Amino acid sequence: MADLLNPAAWLLVPVQALLFLVGAPLLAGWIRQWKGRLQNRRGPAPWQPLRDLRKLFAKEALVAHSASTVFRAAPYVVFASTLLAVCIVPFISILQPATAIADMIVLVGFLALGRFFLALAGMDVGSSFGGMGSSREMLVSALAEPAMLMAVFTLAMSAHSTNLSTVAEYNLAQGLVLRPSYLFALLGLVLVAVAETGRIPVDNPATHLELTMIHEAMILEYSGRHLALMEWAAQLKLMLYGVLLVNLFFPWGLAQTLSPAALLAGLMAVAAKLAALGMALAVGETVLAKMRLFRVPLFLNLAFLLTLLGLLSHIILEAGA
Amino acid sequence: MTAPLSLALGALAAALLSAVAALAADERPMLFRALVSPLFGLACALLLAAGLGGLLHPGVARATLPLGLPWLHWHLRLDALAAFFLALIGVVGLAVALYAPGYAREFEKRESLAVLGLFTGLFLTSMVLVVLADDAFAFMVAWELMSLASYFLVTFQHEHGANRRAGFLYLLMAEIGALAILLGFGVLAGLGDGFAFDAMRRAAVGGGWGTLAFVLAFFGFGMKAGLVPLHAWLPEAHPVAPSHVSALMSGVMLKVAVYGFIRFCFDLLGDMQISWGVAVLVVGAVSALLGVLYALMQHDLKRLLAYHSVENVGIIFIGLGLAMVFAGAGFPALAALGLVAALYHTINHALFKGLLFLGAGSVLHATHQRDMERMGGLLKLLPWTGLFFLVGCISISALPPFNGFVSEWLTFQAALQAWALENGILRSLIPVTAAMLALTGALAAACFVKVYGVTFLGQPRSTPARKAHEVSFGMRAGQGVLAAACLLLGVLPTFFTGLLDTVPGLLLGQHLPQATAGGWLWLTPVNAHTASYSAPLVFAALALAWWLAAWALRRGAVRQVRRCDAWDCGFSPLTPRMQYSATGFAQPIRRVFGPLFRIEESMSRDEEGLLRHRLQVHDRLWEWLYLPVGRAALRAGRWVGHLQGGNARIYLGWTLATLGALLWLIS
Repeated sequence: MADLLNPAAWLLVPVQALLFLVGAPLLAGWIRQWKGRLQNRRGPAPWQPLRDLRKLFAKEALVAHSASTVFRAAPYVVFASTLLAVCIVPFISILQPATAIADMIVLVGFLALGRFFLALAGMDVGSSFGGMGSSREMLVSALAEPAMLMAVFTLAMSAHSTNLSTVAEYNLAQGLVLRPSYLFALLGLVLVAVAETGRIPVDNPATHLELTMIHEAMILEYSGRHLALMEWAAQLKLMLYGVLLVNLFFPWGLAQTLSPAALLAGLMAVAAKLAALGMALAVGETVLAKMRLFRVPLFLNLAFLLTLLGLLSHIILEAGA
Repeated sequence: MTAPLSLALGALAAALLSAVAALAADERPMLFRALVSPLFGLACALLLAAGLGGLLHPGVARATLPLGLPWLHWHLRLDALAAFFLALIGVVGLAVALYAPGYAREFEKRESLAVLGLFTGLFLTSMVLVVLADDAFAFMVAWELMSLASYFLVTFQHEHGANRRAGFLYLLMAEIGALAILLGFGVLAGLGDGFAFDAMRRAAVGGGWGTLAFVLAFFGFGMKAGLVPLHAWLPEAHPVAPSHVSALMSGVMLKVAVYGFIRFCFDLLGDMQISWGVAVLVVGAVSALLGVLYALMQHDLKRLLAYHSVENVGIIFIGLGLAMVFAGAGFPALAALGLVAALYHTINHALFKGLLFLGAGSVLHATHQRDMERMGGLLKLLPWTGLFFLVGCISISALPPFNGFVSEWLTFQAALQAWALENGILRSLIPVTAAMLALTGALAAACFVKVYGVTFLGQPRSTPARKAHEVSFGMRAGQGVLAAACLLLGVLPTFFTGLLDTVPGLLLGQHLPQATAGGWLWLTPVNAHTASYSAPLVFAALALAWWLAAWALRRGAVRQVRRCDAWDCGFSPLTPRMQYSATGFAQPIRRVFGPLFRIEESMSRDEEGLLRHRLQVHDRLWEWLYLPVGRAALRAGRWVGHLQGGNARIYLGWTLATLGALLWLIS
């Protein structure tokens, strides 16, 4: 665990937040570009989402007559809770003191807080789209959350800690050993990440077809800076899940000291890992079709079973060893 | 420690005075506002002071009241456990005292305020007595008084048949539960030497008799607490009482049952056994999950909240079960963690469920509707109630930085320590119950998005909802107190875990030395390496992130928002009927968890040729458990009826035969 009294380590937290804020739109753009290439298009430049955000921030925000204060407060709550969530994961260094403020379970709680307000905002205007999106989002998240926590528990029971830095440190110290529990947990967490970030085959971030959308339906009424905050939060969440996957299960490259060289190497390593993950996601989204809504529970049951198997195999095969 | 006990006795006197003063309230309704409610509030303030005093200066104070049997006066005792529950009763009661005068105006013309005040006062008195009682006799008398007083409050508006039916079901199940508790005490008293709790503690009954006593107590207290499958009375009885009484029943009375269970199992029984803990854990997890699933299917606001009580009592019992398993396996420090988690959730549930019931009462007061399908858009008309209700919704959904999250986090931390256990089955069972807890939490969030979205957001769905008005200052203040407490317990958990720590010290002889070792900022239940949570910093960071986002945007070129119509796809404007309904919102979840419900769904055309969709979701346990038991009871009754020919000679014959048999037995 990182030293809580080291000011240099604390300085890393705002730096990490800034890196996330810039990196998340870039990652989204990177995925979009690769999807374009795979579909024989040129695809937009990776920094297109950043341009979109700038454009949206400069635009006027429209709010429906029927909307209440919840509608106007929700983008800030969603953005703030997601921003907090990205501050407490080990990103370029395992010496991340903010992980002591909030552990993995709190991370799940932050995401749940953002989702709660997102869903409320969907209900606020009183259009059918918003309600539909909220209803579906809450179903998906209700089924995804136990799977997510089972994966978290597998990691936590291995490292005897729910602190994300400690878990990454433990995995780093263990070296590359193939453990069935981690394999199951990783697979389960990938499925959860796909569902929670609204990617194909659970949701399609590119669609505005009423009957199929989940996330887009909830933010349909947003415009201007409100929409920008919502979009940004969604991109942050995508990158957050990516970082969780690559840094907890493949922690190699994370800086173990606070020297500039080590931090730079850590940044390079995580960027390379995320770029690879983004390409894999683009390939997955190209070859898969979106599922019917009522197939999603089966998909998430699979995720839950995988993570449960991971936990049980940890308890039966690995614990006490 | 004697000072808190004197305060508690003063509270008893004030509560009784409030009940007596209420007798004149029918002639002078003023009296209800000017005397009955302030006395009730005074009693609760004294209770809060007594409870906090008892927790801050742990020790044991005793008193004897000259009541009861000639050879067994009522023994009272105030220790840390009792003090905690007194404080809990006090804080919810205080909010209720602020709220009640405004809410009771509704009843001035039509109902009897005397009945309301009398039984509310007696209800409070009896709950305090249950918590203070130190012998089985006083405990059972107070327990029965509590059941009876609340029965009269449930049937307060007895002109509705449904309320009378709910009251009867409640009374029936309360009495069956009380019988089981009585038998449980009987086992302890029979093997010990008397009805005083001290004698039972000395006897420390364990083994087979201990298990029998445990089963009886679990049944009896579980029935009062509303654990599945003994919960059927709860969603019937709680919603029909006046809303502030619902807050007392759900927020406080269920907790008194939890108190009884803790007192019985952790204090009076002998050595803890792992199997008891496993039973409690499994029943708790099933209650939590089924409670929230049934809650999702409701569209009556108060009934929905009542089902959530089943869920939250389940979560409390998960914590208690963990504590019992760890205590039985010889890990007192982890048992202390489980117990603190359970107690933390107990106070949390009292606060946010009290708050939500008061909020539901305000909505009922403003719209005279309980059906959510006829509400909508209330946030604009009831801004304060809407704000406080939102706090309650966030708290009960276990979202940071509010209080519900802290106790669920503690429960998860306790469950994650399962690796310490030897037994492989236990090690796998505990994480599975934790997964059920996670599912419960996520479904609760879904349910409260539904509740808040349908009730307070969107457009009004009926005329009463359009004409709603904000409630009186007292009613808002009552909710505000509880909302502030929810935030306080969420943001400063270390202070409260420090206070609660005296209870495991009393019951298990073990404190949580590490919980606040890192100072008030850091909650580290096991140790700093294993897990830490800094709620004050989380709260500050959340506020900072919000402020930064808002500040950065304020500097942008466009500040104003423009009001416009909602997107209607270019067709006619949106009408309230186009909104998602509560039933529609829950439809995907109803479909996924379909086999757990008995669903009756039909379509028909009414006289005007309009299509009508009818949907009823029933509790499967009715047909699986209650109806068979009811039928068996009727059959047994008929069979016994054969003995009763109505002829005096036959009765005399039976008496003679019984006497003979008894004589033969003892000779």
